[in-house]
Amino acid sequence: MTVETTTLPAFTLAATDGVERSFPTGRHALLCFVHEECATCNMSMDLIEQAHRAFGEYIDVWAIGQDSPGNETLIERHGLTLPLLDDDALWTSFNYDLVTVPAIYLTNSAGEQLRHFVGFGREDWQTLYTELATIARVDEPKIDWDEYPESRPGCGSRSVEPGIAERLAAEAEGNPLRARRIEVGELDDVVEFMFDQGFTDGLPVVEPTPERVLRMLSGTKRDSQEVVATVPPNLAPATIEKIAINAVLAGCKPEYLPVVIAGVEAVCNDVFNAHGVMATTMGASPVMIVNGPIRDRIGMNSYMSVLGQGNRANASIGRALRLTLRNVGGARPGETERSTQGSPTKFTMSFPEWEERSPWEPMHVERGFDASESVVTVMALTGGPHVIIDSHSRSAHALAGSIGLAMGAVGHPKSPAGDTLLVLCPEHLDTLWRDGMTKQQLRDRIQEVTTRPLREILQDSESGAGIPPGRFGPDGPSESELDQLVPKFSSTDNIHVVVAGGDAGKFSAVFAGWASGPIGSIPVSRKIEEV
Amino acid sequence: MTTILDPTDERVPVNREPTRRPEHVTGTVGLLDISKPRGNVLLDRLEKQLAERLPNVELKRYIKPTFAKPAPDDLRRQIVEECGFVIEALAD
Repeated sequence: MTVETTTLPAFTLAATDGVERSFPTGRHALLCFVHEECATCNMSMDLIEQAHRAFGEYIDVWAIGQDSPGNETLIERHGLTLPLLDDDALWTSFNYDLVTVPAIYLTNSAGEQLRHFVGFGREDWQTLYTELATIARVDEPKIDWDEYPESRPGCGSRSVEPGIAERLAAEAEGNPLRARRIEVGELDDVVEFMFDQGFTDGLPVVEPTPERVLRMLSGTKRDSQEVVATVPPNLAPATIEKIAINAVLAGCKPEYLPVVIAGVEAVCNDVFNAHGVMATTMGASPVMIVNGPIRDRIGMNSYMSVLGQGNRANASIGRALRLTLRNVGGARPGETERSTQGSPTKFTMSFPEWEERSPWEPMHVERGFDASESVVTVMALTGGPHVIIDSHSRSAHALAGSIGLAMGAVGHPKSPAGDTLLVLCPEHLDTLWRDGMTKQQLRDRIQEVTTRPLREILQDSESGAGIPPGRFGPDGPSESELDQLVPKFSSTDNIHVVVAGGDAGKFSAVFAGWASGPIGSIPVSRKIEEV
Repeated sequence: MTTILDPTDERVPVNREPTRRPEHVTGTVGLLDISKPRGNVLLDRLEKQLAERLPNVELKRYIKPTFAKPAPDDLRRQIVEECGFVIEALAD
């Protein structure tokens, strides 16, 4: 049978007498971590001091106090003569992974743990004293054990207090942070500094301190240094850590991080073509649609004001993706980002589908995922949300036709449209579903209504947009060609429909697409990591 | 001191770029005495020489309350508003 031994971390600390002491000592040692504000520590101090007086000649009995002023108080209060080591910096407590004080360790001369307990237990101490006496080969001192309670819980170690624990973890060796650390001087305003450095989209950002980034990384199980994407236009590697930093900037909570990561993965590839999407003068931006159980788990809003302000998850997830493209990829307006006018969606646009409100398959199921999976779908969209108002259609046929008429104006009434997103409001959905209209039937109706005879979409003196007549030869199109029907969308697959919004109001919305297909951008769906 | 983590691809140094130096000195030049001993002597000499060399430039004197602390915001703002250039004199 083998017995596993635990070798305790070595350390060097200065005692209150100014002398540094190093562990292991080459002798048996009793290490007693204490904090002055802890009642159980104070109750234990006399036993610790007695152990030092009885066995100190043969065993190093040390108290290790967790704050300097408190250590002085302990000495005065208990008349201590034993070495009281100062762990005000809490590194030793951190390295010992302390949760509770008092924490008592008995070790052999090599620093291997022989006995350990936390809090106060009378039997623990009695057994410990017997063992100390055996090791030291001296008589046990007389202790009136009846004066002590049977047990008392300890207190939280200072090293796990909120704020302190994160700082220690962020500064510890082996922490998962590798990004360049930037020291911002005390005379600098950090928010202003981040503006000056160009880290922001024009709105203030949250300081990505090591503590905050570490907390953000708790939102994923993935390795902080895993490169998940190569981000255009600079083709820079995006590690989980870099995405986490930008998620902090954007105001995300840790539980949003898997959505942001999936979004970065979804846009950084040739299919979505983030380079072109960000660079186009047309002002495209990735719009993120979130499906599956994660929507509720992280508190996304698919109800009132779903495309507007007010919900932290909706607002910050899209912003984190945009800031990652900006900061890691270098997509900055005026540089490689060349939008003529841009769009508010360049700040952020992420929202969930209200799947439960709809009798239709949600977007991710249509795209091949299981309903129980959480999925983000990214689309390159140039405009919107543009409201579609129809309070009067009472049949599915009329309403779908109405929606189609409005969508006929996407881009330009005489121009074809690429992948286009229709966000259908619940009241409109009810009108369609009352007549049993399926999502595909809605798409077909939109395609039908937006299809125009060639004569209506030719370039002419009334509007120079449209199809050039010269395409049909020097004399232009023939009469029969003029009657040919030209669809707005090359396929009904380009009409993407999700349901979201408040229960009241017959107002749906459409987002205009960008160049679609292999020449431009194709929507991409990516499964979101379950944490 | 606040430490933040770099959100960029780290290709660009984070050091601030100094303002580009103009070719000619025009307008108003501020002479800032930081209150170190004999700083005023240095600035007196400098002011005299500058006045000879740059007769069309206005020279203005400023003084910090103490050299041990950064210039107060109001003073910094005043200098920014009134001057195109500033010379800060250290002495002892």
